[in-house]
Parts: sequence; C-alpha cells; structure tokens
Amino acid sequence: MQEHANEPGRTSKMLTDVMEIGSRVQPFSRESRDKAARIRDARVVHSVCPYCAVGCSLNVYVKNGQVIDIEGNPDSFINHGTLCPKGSATFQYTINSSRLTKVLYRAPYSDHWETKTLDWAMGQIAQRVKKSRDETFVERLEDGREVNHTLGIASLGGATLDVEENYVIKKLFNAGLGIVSIENQARI
Amino acid sequence: MPGLGTTVGRGGATTSPQDLVNSDCILIMGSNMAEAHPVGFANVVKAKERGAKVIHVDPHFSRTSALANLYVPTRAGSDIVFLGAIIRYLLENNAYFHEYVANYTNAPMLIREDFQDTEDLDGLFSGYDQESKTYTDHSSWDYQRDENDNPLTDPTMQNPRCVLQIMRRHFARYTPEMVEAECGVPQESWLQVVQTLVENSGRERTGALCYAVGWTQQSKGVQIIRAGAIIQLLLGNIGRPGGGILALRGHASIQGSTDVPTLYDLLAGYMPQPAEMLDAKPEAQHSPTATTWGERKDQHVHKRTQQTLQEYIDVAGMKLGWWSNVPSYIVSLLKAWYGDAATAENDWGYHWLPKIIGDHSHINTSYDMLDGKVKGYFLLGQNPAAGSTNARMQRKALAQLDWMVVRDLYEVESATFWYKGPEEVDPRQIKTEVFLLPAAASTEKEGSFTNTQRLIQWRDKAVDPPGDARSDLWFIYDLGKRLKALYADSTEPKDQALRALTWDYDRAEPEPGSRLLDEPDAELVLKELNGFYVRKQDEEGNTNTYGFREAPHVPAFTALKNDGSTACGSWIYSGVYPEPGKNRAASRHSDGGTNLDWGFAWPANRRILYNRASADPEGKPWSERKKYIWWDEEQKKWTGKDIPDFPVDKAPDYRPDPKATGMDGISGTNPFIMKPDGRGWLYAPVGLKDGPLPTHYEAAESPVHNALYKQQSNPAAKFHKNRKDNRLASIGDPDYPVVITTYRLTEHHVSGPMTRWMPWLNALQPSLFAEISPELAAERQIVHGSWMVLKTPRGEIEARAMVTRRLQPLRIRGRVVHQIGLPFHWGFQGKSTGSIANDLTHSVLEPNVSIEEAKAFTCNVRPGRLS
Repeated sequence: MQEHANEPGRTSKMLTDVMEIGSRVQPFSRESRDKAARIRDARVVHSVCPYCAVGCSLNVYVKNGQVIDIEGNPDSFINHGTLCPKGSATFQYTINSSRLTKVLYRAPYSDHWETKTLDWAMGQIAQRVKKSRDETFVERLEDGREVNHTLGIASLGGATLDVEENYVIKKLFNAGLGIVSIENQARI
Repeated sequence: MPGLGTTVGRGGATTSPQDLVNSDCILIMGSNMAEAHPVGFANVVKAKERGAKVIHVDPHFSRTSALANLYVPTRAGSDIVFLGAIIRYLLENNAYFHEYVANYTNAPMLIREDFQDTEDLDGLFSGYDQESKTYTDHSSWDYQRDENDNPLTDPTMQNPRCVLQIMRRHFARYTPEMVEAECGVPQESWLQVVQTLVENSGRERTGALCYAVGWTQQSKGVQIIRAGAIIQLLLGNIGRPGGGILALRGHASIQGSTDVPTLYDLLAGYMPQPAEMLDAKPEAQHSPTATTWGERKDQHVHKRTQQTLQEYIDVAGMKLGWWSNVPSYIVSLLKAWYGDAATAENDWGYHWLPKIIGDHSHINTSYDMLDGKVKGYFLLGQNPAAGSTNARMQRKALAQLDWMVVRDLYEVESATFWYKGPEEVDPRQIKTEVFLLPAAASTEKEGSFTNTQRLIQWRDKAVDPPGDARSDLWFIYDLGKRLKALYADSTEPKDQALRALTWDYDRAEPEPGSRLLDEPDAELVLKELNGFYVRKQDEEGNTNTYGFREAPHVPAFTALKNDGSTACGSWIYSGVYPEPGKNRAASRHSDGGTNLDWGFAWPANRRILYNRASADPEGKPWSERKKYIWWDEEQKKWTGKDIPDFPVDKAPDYRPDPKATGMDGISGTNPFIMKPDGRGWLYAPVGLKDGPLPTHYEAAESPVHNALYKQQSNPAAKFHKNRKDNRLASIGDPDYPVVITTYRLTEHHVSGPMTRWMPWLNALQPSLFAEISPELAAERQIVHGSWMVLKTPRGEIEARAMVTRRLQPLRIRGRVVHQIGLPFHWGFQGKSTGSIANDLTHSVLEPNVSIEEAKAFTCNVRPGRLS
C-alpha cells in the first residue's frame, strides 16, 4: 500500500478497504494510482495576502520556478487556511497576461506610449528629480527660518507596499531630497 | 489615527480580530466587516456562536447586518447623535463602570474656568477664530493645574468643572428623541443597543467595538472615533480581553505605512515632522499634530520655532509618560538616516530634515498641482485618478505636472489620464511626461506588511517578477544610488543631506535562484528599522564602534539612547529583529492562545494594548473570567497571557512624587502610559483641532440643518470654499436631496487596480451598480437592473440600478430622507470598466487628519444613461 501513502487519510483507507475485498488484482489503473494534487512536491513559500489589512497567511506553491497555486495557510491563527474571494484570487493577481512587464514612456504632448529600457528610464527619472529639486528647493523662508525642503515634487502611495519600502521612500525622499508631500492611502 | 491616539495614546487598534471571540458583545458601526474584512469577521461569527450579541449600525443592510443579532439602519453622517446619546445614557443612569472610570480615565480632572462648551456657544467651543475658521487658542481647554503643573482632580467627580460633569452637560441634548429625529432610528431600537452594551460590560463581561472608514471618512471622523472610544472607556472595555476598539484598516500595510511612515506630517513611530508654519495662526490650521498622538502638552506650539533639535524635542516630547523618551528616539532616527555624519556638534543632522510649512496632505497637494506648483509626482501603488475624491479634479491636476512616475502592476487610470477618461482628452494639449514602470507583486519580493492589529508579518519571496518588473524597494534604492552619484561632487549646503544619507542595502550574497543581481536586501532594511548599536561596550568594558552591517541589533526600544550610540529607523518596531537570524516578523507558530510567536506586534509584541487595565487598581484581575494581565505579588512583577503594556516591575501601589518626570510620573494605577497623566482621555484637553469633546455637526453636504446647534458643520473642517473645482450642494438643496454613501464589495479592492484585471473576480462582481430603495426607485421611475444617472455638483456618473430593501428611506424630523449606496471600485481601465464613483465626491477635509468625506454627501438620481 506504499503508493497510497500520500493520499489523504480517508481516501487511502477506502482504497485499502476496497483492495482487500475479493481479487488480489488491483482494480485501479496506474493513472489513478499516480493521481495526486498538483501541489505535491511543490516548494511552499510563506506569504501574506496583499488586499485588506486582516493579514491572512498564504502558502504560495512553486514548481519549476513558477507559481502554480496560492492557498490560505492552515497553520495561521489569523485565517486557519481560509481566504475571502480576493485572497483566493491572489494567484490571478500575480499570474496575469495583462501585467506590465516593460517600461512605458509617454513624451510630453505625445499621443502614444513608447517601450523603453529600465536603465534608460531610471537615468531619466533621476535627472528629472534633480532638475525639479534644484529649481524648487527652499533653504530658508523669507523670515530667515531654515526649512530645507522642496514642494516641487510629491509622492503618493505606500499602504499597498512593504514596511521596508515605505521606510526607504521616506528616507530618500524626505531625509535625503527634502520632499515633504509624501503621502499614502491612510487619509483616503 | 488621532481619534485613538488622543483618547488612549496610540494610533492603532487596541486589540485584534481574533480576540473578538472573547467578547460578550460586538458593536460594528462605520464598517461592513463581513464583506470588507471577511476573514476577520469569522471571529465575530464565532463569538456569536459562543453567545455574544452582535450589533450592526449602518445606513446600508449588508451581510454584516444579516449575521448580527440586531441591525439598526441609520442616516449617514448622524453617528455622533447616536453615540452621544449612548454616552448621555451611561452618565445619567450611572451605568458606567465606576471604578474603571474613576481610576483609569480623566473623568475626575478639573477643566479651566474659562473653558466654554458648545452648550455655551451654540455649537462652538471657546478659542474659535471666526476669521480663520479655526480654533486658534486651545488654552482654555486645558486642565486646572497645581504649582508642579499636575492636573487638579476631584476624585468624587462632583465638582462642576470636572470632566465627568462637563460631559454630562455637553451631552445633555443628545436624547433618545434626538436620535429618533436625526438618525431616523426608533428610540426602542437605540435603547436596545444601549442596554445590550451595558449588560455586557463590567467586571465579568466585556464588549468590543469595530469601525472602519464609515467613521473615518467624514468631516468629523476623528470625533466619531473619539465618541466610540469614550463609550468603551465608560464601559471599562479597553485593555481587556474581548474588549477594545478594533480599527479595521483597509490595505495590507496601511498600518505599516502610517508607522514608518509615508505621511507628510509624521516621522517614524509617530513623532511629528519638524514644522516651521507659515501662517500667523498656524496651530489651528496646520499644526503637525494631525496624525500624531495629539497630546502635546504645550498648547502654544505654534509660537515656537523648531530650528534646533532641542526646540523640536520641546514640541514633540513630553515631560511625563512614555513620550519623555523622544530624545532617544529622534537621535536614533537621525543616526539611522545620516550615520557618521550625524554628530553631537551638528545636532545629529537635525537641520537637514525638511520642515513642513503648512498642510501638504494628498488633497492639498493635488490643489497645488492644479495650480502648477508641483513639477514631479511619484505614484507608488496608488491611483488618484479614480481612487481619490473629486477624481475629475485629480485628473486635471495630473495634467499640470512636468513629469510623473507611475509604478503599478497594470496600466491604471492614473497612468492613462493623458489619452483616456470619462471626459474628452486631447494628448496634444497635455505636457505631462509619464514614466510607467512595472512593479513586482507581493509574492515576487520579500518584505513585511503590518496588519490591522499592528502585527508585522514577513513574506518570503516565491519567484522573480516578470520582465522589467521590480520591487519598489529596488526602485527607491536604485534611484537613491543614481541621485547620490549625480550629487556626489556637490558642495552646496542643500545637497549635503543626500550626500550624508546612509544607503547600503546591497545583498552580501546573490539571491539564490534569482536572475536579478541588484535586488536589495530587505532584511537589512528591517535591521535598520529595528535599530542597532553604533557603539557598545563589550563584556570587558571596551567600547566598540560598528558599521551598519556588523553592528549588533538592539533588543528593544528601551535600549535606544540619545547620545548617538544607537541608530533606529522606527522605535516602535524595535524588537522585531532583535538579533541576527531572528526575524520575529517571519516567525510562524500558532499556540491557540495569544500567539506571541506568530509575527511581531508593535510595540514590544503586545497584543492587547493598555492591558494593565485588565486588572483592577490593586493589580488583581477584574474577574476570573476576564483575567489577562495581573500583578504577581510574590515575583513583584506584572504577568499574564500577554506582554504587559506597563513597566513590568512598577507596583500597583506606586505613587509618583509630585515633581517626578518621565515614566516616574506615571502612577501604578495608570494604564495609559502614553498619556502624560496615564489616563484614558474622555475629554481631550489638548491635541485636537475641532474641540475637546465629540459634537454633532452635519456633513458638509446634508439634506437638513443641524438640529442640535446653530453651527451647521464641523467649524474647523477645511472647506476649500474658494475653489471652483470643489462645488458643494447647499443645505437641504432641492437639486440634491438624496443622501449617498460609498462602500466596498468583497470581490473588489479600492479603485480596482488590484482586482478589475482579474476575470475570476470580474465574473463574481461584473459591473458598477448603485443600491436604491424601492420607494425612491418608484418615485424616480428607475427600474431594477436598468441604468441610472447619479449627479452631484462635481459630476455625473452612470450605474446599474440595484433596487433593494437594503436601503431604507428614513424619517428625519418627520420627513422622508432617501439614501443611496454606491460601491466605488470602478474606472475606465481594466477588464471590467464603469463610472468612477469618486467623480461625485467632494474634497472637504476633516481638520485633524485632512481625510475626505466620502461616506456622507448628497446627490440626485434619474433613470437612463449619460448622454
């Protein structure tokens, strides 16, 4: 009965019971015997649902470098393996043919996107930041008070991002560049 | 979250969804928990199965209502009438938890003689300035104080100037009759709610309160939360199992992005962003208390400058309570940011920190954008073109930018405003240069989310992101490296902060199995957030100095110092990563109890906040049934099922010297250690911009005049009346007679960027609809399933009509008021498209947090489609 070791217990017992009746010949095809959940032998990666703030734990199943399934983590005291419709659909959020995979660029007054390299875009963005910052940076108010800021650049978003990402956004933009309007969904 | 911060001390939920199973009564108001937080709501259902009473108060009947023992329909925007009447009932019927209130709240404190209540000034408190439409002088709201600056009290709570008696007078007009007239709730239903709450509080029983953006997104949202928190304090429900206030947050890490934070007025761990306000009377309009704890002791904050670190500490810190530690936290933050360049001689680099000069919040920044003052914009997983109120104005604002960077998984509305939209768009007229960069999904990067119960949970990375998609961590890190290179040779003073900024998150080893070679190490960032020793004495007494990578981690925020020997990116996160190899956010061990080894809850892994209050003043559990944290007389320490939220060896009988400072000033009976007096604040003597007590004002747009006071709406709200792009309907406007409220559906998320691209979810919830009562439908000849147009002064949208009894006409002062419910998940991008609900909403902002009022405004409806 070794080949049934990975079956869920109840099915395994049923199979065993059936096989012990009558003929010694197994009434199952090799295909039936070999049937197993897709996630068998997949690598399980622990994750957290990206939607609401309840924080349900996810098991992300990876095979051959591909995510093949995402389910609730039964060990979690938060969701005990359950997920809501959105959480259950996380797979399709990540594996989706509509996802952007290239940098798109729209020049001023242009009516279309152009595909660009990531390196080009990063270089351009850095230059835009420097230019706008240098043009709008205020070291002191008219009355002499030091403010060291720019109101010419702003940033929005963070509640869907990681804590670590939020931290470096605030660190670079605020402590490094002097941008003050750094905001997220918390006020929405 | 200054509603909670001002009242109990910290801007976060005091409890967790899982602890709801210990509740005897759960009041859900301002939230459709079953549909917006379904898995959290499972705990409510479990509690109900164990005998708890579940109450849902909401304009809209939902699955939350269906599963409640009692559903009470109410008028959107009338919450404080309903809650204020509960407060009045508790006070007038002596139905509050007397011992808890007398010892753990500021009910006995005496308020200054010159304080004038809304009772005296017809809806205004003392200190209001008619010209600036703000409270410019908060001084009269303060306590009466002795020569040591300690509050005067009357333990009998009989003195007419004590908080309890002031509250009795303030809430006197919040009668059951008023509830019936203003909320449209029959007195009997309201009374049933109050009696259920009262029956389920006291020593033996506890009740919990759950709210979400149904409360926060109103022009008096902070005061609604305050009213809820006051009820919980009066019932003795905070800090106890099955009790508390569960703020249900709406994004995976919205708590984290507030803690760390990406907000203009805060530094990490709820310290305020340094400010040099422009206005002559800036305290009222723009003080940085907005999202802070709001208990700034000095009410004349605005008169001070914050040019030096000491001046900042004088404003941000406090003499008494836990906030006396601000010097250690701010110096450690500056050491984390500026490293070796932060020295005692240069004030630890404090002068480099940008100072805010006004309200730079999202909506105000959009107005600045519209006025051409903003050149560049980063959108990092947020979609204002559909997701922010007055979305049409948002789209117009984006068209005024020089450049914009959008990072998302999909081509969201905000990235496409220049060629697409509900209004006609001509790309040739729009200059904005747009960089649309593909972002990694949550499964494609490692990092942590902080959930609704302050629980930090780590995610491992499953696979690389596709194509050129990258994590936002990579984006910011790479951008920082490029900018540092561009400014490397600068000698200009303005560029020295960036040059000094520590920026070293490269991986020590390439990531196994990844094709990406330059993805930064998120655990290094977590180490910086946790904090580390810059200098430390070893066992032989030698002082060692460390670089970031080899530095020992600090074990907890109690190790942080103000002498430059420690660095810490967010003090409240200290302890999450206390030693190498021990990332507590990544620990996953459920134990069936408090689950202290599953993730890490800030602060210090405490699961129920203020849990000292779960014991009586002598330190004994209020009851065996509700035993949680107690004083162990033998061991001389606090112990129990959770990490005590109290100095662990401070005995219940400790009494401070009148001249004591810092935590020494907090008595052994004061559970609210973040407050300078250690007590829950029924009355907020400082810290709020719209008054010390919750007061009912009508929404900015309302079908009725305020029946309680002459003052119609929140007198301190930011109306932006001078802006033509934010037109409002007038009070009782016959053109806009219908109350409308917006909400979420289970199957979609906010404006849809994370859901409307997914066929699975679109199949479940395919299109925008509006819920409308059969009565209103008949009146307007709108047929179920057909199209209808909704109109406000900001715009028009179309939606399918869902004619349903889930929305009931209410009788308000004898006349019928109709309400409409509108999900707000749609836009013109994605695989399921529809009108943008936020084209209807306005941008009147709540005064404390500048949040928008999307939950109560007015509209009109007609059958048919937009032409």
